[in-house]
Amino acid sequence: MSIKHGLLALLQDGPKYGYQLRGEFEAATGATWPLNIGQVYTTLTRLERDGLVQAAAARAATVEDDGRSMYEITGAGRDELAKWFETPVTRESRPRDELAIKLALALAVPGVDVGAVVQRQRMSTMQSLQELTRLKRNSSDGEISWQLVVESMIFGAEAEIRWLDHCEAMLLRHRGTPRPAPRTSVVPDEQEARS
Amino acid sequence: MILDIRNLTRTHGQGEQAVHALRGVDLTVAPGELVAVMGPSGSGKSTLLTCAGGLDRPTAGEVIVDGNDLTTLSRNAVAALRRRRIGYVFQDFNLIPALTAAENVALPLELDGTRSRTARKAAVAALQEVGIDDLADRFPDDMSGGQRQRVAIARAVVGERRLLLADEPTGALDSETGEAVLRLLRDRCDQHGIGGVLVTHGARDAAWADRVVYLRDGVLVGQAGPLPEADALLESR
Repeated sequence: MSIKHGLLALLQDGPKYGYQLRGEFEAATGATWPLNIGQVYTTLTRLERDGLVQAAAARAATVEDDGRSMYEITGAGRDELAKWFETPVTRESRPRDELAIKLALALAVPGVDVGAVVQRQRMSTMQSLQELTRLKRNSSDGEISWQLVVESMIFGAEAEIRWLDHCEAMLLRHRGTPRPAPRTSVVPDEQEARS
Repeated sequence: MILDIRNLTRTHGQGEQAVHALRGVDLTVAPGELVAVMGPSGSGKSTLLTCAGGLDRPTAGEVIVDGNDLTTLSRNAVAALRRRRIGYVFQDFNLIPALTAAENVALPLELDGTRSRTARKAAVAALQEVGIDDLADRFPDDMSGGQRQRVAIARAVVGERRLLLADEPTGALDSETGEAVLRLLRDRCDQHGIGGVLVTHGARDAAWADRVVYLRDGVLVGQAGPLPEADALLESR
């Protein structure tokens, strides 16, 4: 996901200033994704360059807007936004999972207590899950938009813990079994099977 | 402390066949605190809960509930303490089908000698607190899973309960109903100063607790959540 689409979405219901967009973005995502104002204006500049937004009709400058203009979404911007909402997010487009890579390396490198790595991670993720649950508990019914964001993080943390449980069970099952010889013949075998 | 478990050990069988369900577990629960116990199957979670509730006798160690060491009390005294001070919530609700919601909630009070009118009043008040006093005269079979679990929670906190023990209370419920039940358990602990122990294998459920402890092979191997304050540590000794 990009800030770009977030800003386009917020511009749907009328022209806005940068600081306004930043405030609304954080309100919608429950401040789980803080933006700095610089990011907002850089993104707006790029959107303007690509013809997705344009400066809105000039208005009297105020002290708050710092001499900057209001932005409004263009027709191309609305098309881009509609496309974004219609396209599912693929897992491949997300950044690589550092934790999975860390565990894989912990297994590959001698002298690392993988069980301890798993347990530490589990308790740390559990702590985040508790904090997220507290956020949810203290939210009011009107804040549905950011409740959704918090729920997404809650389910993500839960999935990570379940995956850690699974890894641990796998490790236990494989403990003591000697490592198999490297399977150098995998690729030729597959080719044979296909031909 | 509402619950103070020290060096709790539970061994089934003897000699080479001995199974060590719990090995030297320490756990405290303060008033208003909810502690979740997690761990894989066979890690000792349920044994910990049954020992805490006086349903099982430990092989060694102490289980102190509201100042009473269950391991030194007679069977009758443990049973009385269980009726008055300890409430249970199970996965399968354990309600008596032939009794109405109010009768189910009033039962532990009546067993303990409370007059039935007084018990009924307390039961309806407890049902009101969990938001289903309008269902007081309904039978469990005519209720949804979430409603039944609310009755079970009302039964677990009715009267002067100090310790609430819950074993997979959301196991038979869908995710949203389960969450409402956890919210309720959490609120009961906060508002009544009841100490709660929640046994679960679900991380999302456990996250409602103030503290989460992790059991493996009968030993506590991890803890998440705020650590007890230094003075609370001194107090418990």
